[in-house]
Amino acid sequence: MKQKQFAIESKTSRRMLTALSAAMLLALAGSASAGGPPTAKVDATGLAVTDTDVTVGILHSSTGTMAISETGAQEAEKLAISQINAMGGVLGRKIKIVQEDGASDWPTFAEKAKKLLEENHVAAIFGCWTSASRKAVLPVLERDNGLLYYPTFYEGLEQSKNVVYTGQEATQQVFAGLDWVAKTKHAKTFYLIGSDYIWPRTTMKLAREYITRVLHGTVVGEEYAALGSTDFGSTINKIRLKHPDVIYAAVVGGSNVSWFKQLKAAGITGKSQTLLTLSVTEDEAKGIGGENLVGFYSAMKYFESLNTPENQKFVKDFHAMWGPTAPIGDVTQAAYEGPWLWKMAVEKAGSFDTDKVVKAEESGTISFDAPEGMIYLEPNHHLKTRLRIGEWRPDGQADIVYTSPYIMPNPFPKGY
Amino acid sequence: MGGYSLSDLWSIVVMQGFSGLSLFSVLLLMALGLAIIFGQMGVINMAHGEFMTIGAYMIYFCSRIVAKYMPGFMPYYFVFAIVVAFVVAFAVGYFVEFLLIRHLYKRPLDTLLATWGLSLIMQQVFRSLFGAREVSPQLPDWLMGAWKATDTIDIPLNGLFVMALSILVTSGVFLFLYRSSWGLKVRATTQNRVMAGAVGINTRLVDRLTFALGCGIAGVAGAAFTTIGSTGPTSGSLYIVDTFLVVAFGGAGSLLGTIFSAFSIAQVQSLLTFFLTNAMGKVTTLLAVIVILMLRPEGLRPNKVRK
Repeated sequence: MKQKQFAIESKTSRRMLTALSAAMLLALAGSASAGGPPTAKVDATGLAVTDTDVTVGILHSSTGTMAISETGAQEAEKLAISQINAMGGVLGRKIKIVQEDGASDWPTFAEKAKKLLEENHVAAIFGCWTSASRKAVLPVLERDNGLLYYPTFYEGLEQSKNVVYTGQEATQQVFAGLDWVAKTKHAKTFYLIGSDYIWPRTTMKLAREYITRVLHGTVVGEEYAALGSTDFGSTINKIRLKHPDVIYAAVVGGSNVSWFKQLKAAGITGKSQTLLTLSVTEDEAKGIGGENLVGFYSAMKYFESLNTPENQKFVKDFHAMWGPTAPIGDVTQAAYEGPWLWKMAVEKAGSFDTDKVVKAEESGTISFDAPEGMIYLEPNHHLKTRLRIGEWRPDGQADIVYTSPYIMPNPFPKGY
Repeated sequence: MGGYSLSDLWSIVVMQGFSGLSLFSVLLLMALGLAIIFGQMGVINMAHGEFMTIGAYMIYFCSRIVAKYMPGFMPYYFVFAIVVAFVVAFAVGYFVEFLLIRHLYKRPLDTLLATWGLSLIMQQVFRSLFGAREVSPQLPDWLMGAWKATDTIDIPLNGLFVMALSILVTSGVFLFLYRSSWGLKVRATTQNRVMAGAVGINTRLVDRLTFALGCGIAGVAGAAFTTIGSTGPTSGSLYIVDTFLVVAFGGAGSLLGTIFSAFSIAQVQSLLTFFLTNAMGKVTTLLAVIVILMLRPEGLRPNKVRK
């Protein structure tokens, strides 16, 4: 108990330090906040904007099954917001947060989004993780003309003027990864396995087309496990019978842990089998155990081990705020980009009003030097980014073995 | 099956047989605790999955302590940690019976609701204590990996371990129920509570210990499953549906029925998953169970008790 109290105190004192250094920075910069434009000018639509602050919403699951995955995203969003505040805020206004819990339940997400927009009049929402929660929130956003920054890599086939997608859509994550594995591992035969819901199914559909049409390879098996399925014994035997060059996997949640533990138990390891997965970040690696992943590959736009000064600073700040053992996965980093992109769009628009911000977002001129490197917000509301392949180490971190050139986002691929 | 060599096919048959047996021991181990509580007391424990999670977190907790203070002990700690898991889950079960369940014996539907509420509370407690993220306990090397029986046959060690453990626990429960004086009292209470009380059996204590025992076994199951599955606040909910399926199909309350039921469900599911797709295998198994339960609502091997 005592220790806990101490931890809280030290966190507060750290926060005070941040605030203090922020104040000093401000003083040095000649007080940016005093120079903010008048409220009437930056808010014509009745948002929660005052002369000194602006309110935004964070909407993730803090309870329920999805809390496992969404924790990192909300931590990153809070880090970004505190850093923006330390730099003087947005248009001279400090960002205040209203946090709501979507509770891993899609109707709750919609209800809370409605509350954030209609009662709190937030200027933007950072949140959602699963596609199902995003789809539930979407009609609310479009009716109330709100803004959402969505951090997860997802299946694509969507583009709303009210959403900015900071994760990769399927074509960005799939094609370059398959190219890499076909080339470096001389892979001809692929076994596809995913959890049974929209993201893996759409992704695998793209992958199958690409493998047969572009890579001239063969898909020797395609399999979907029920969400929450814990037994992979028979599936693994089937894979063994087919001897695929590559296992291409997108299993999620608790099943993901069972899948990798049982692969290892069946004697299928990175030494003897190439496996490329789309659903393991550092967050998942912590639950699966690095020793069960050694030598397998993940295709992501970001890995915590990325060796650039920007990323090292980000990792240091993240660990200072949330503890030295907190893992930083792809989605966590994408969530960190949300508040920054919003700040840039707002400042370009010179206003918090949704229509003006959207116009700025769609101008094609917003780019940000993120931990993953430069990212470019394209007029289709997705980011132009690179794809990386990471090879897992026993300590739950990945060595980056390949970085692709920049890939244009293409949420509606033709011919698939 | 063109294109496959005979030895390939033979090894697949062996490994597939093992995977069915391994699923059988998993189902048996997780259903045993629920079957005892349901069969002996008529209480449907919706928080069964969370008692399994307690066991899983105890393994994590012990692995952290051992890794920190006595790393040399790492290869052996798992066996002791399972005992810890049993004791802690037993103790929690004991208190839950005392605080909650015993007030609801005459209201079976309310126990359903109360234990479901309890499961939600426990999930939030895990989240607050251990964090929302999944954790992975460090497992000893002898538990992970495969035993190469021949060049092409790999037998999962964790599967062997779970199998041995469920044989051990099942025989322990049988000895306890049918060979010990406590077991006699438990069975007497089940058959006729009023009469058992009249001949001087403390039926309240019997209830409490039975409930605690069921929870303790759930803890052991959860501990064993850290070798094959995830450890997180909601991991228990991954198993709860299968658990109820096995107990209901076996004929509520009969231990032999539970064993038969776990065996048949495991074999059917494992074979169907091999020949059909994963999802279709599961669906077909469920359909078969539903049809059989419609024809035999009392399950495979019901307890014959005079009502």
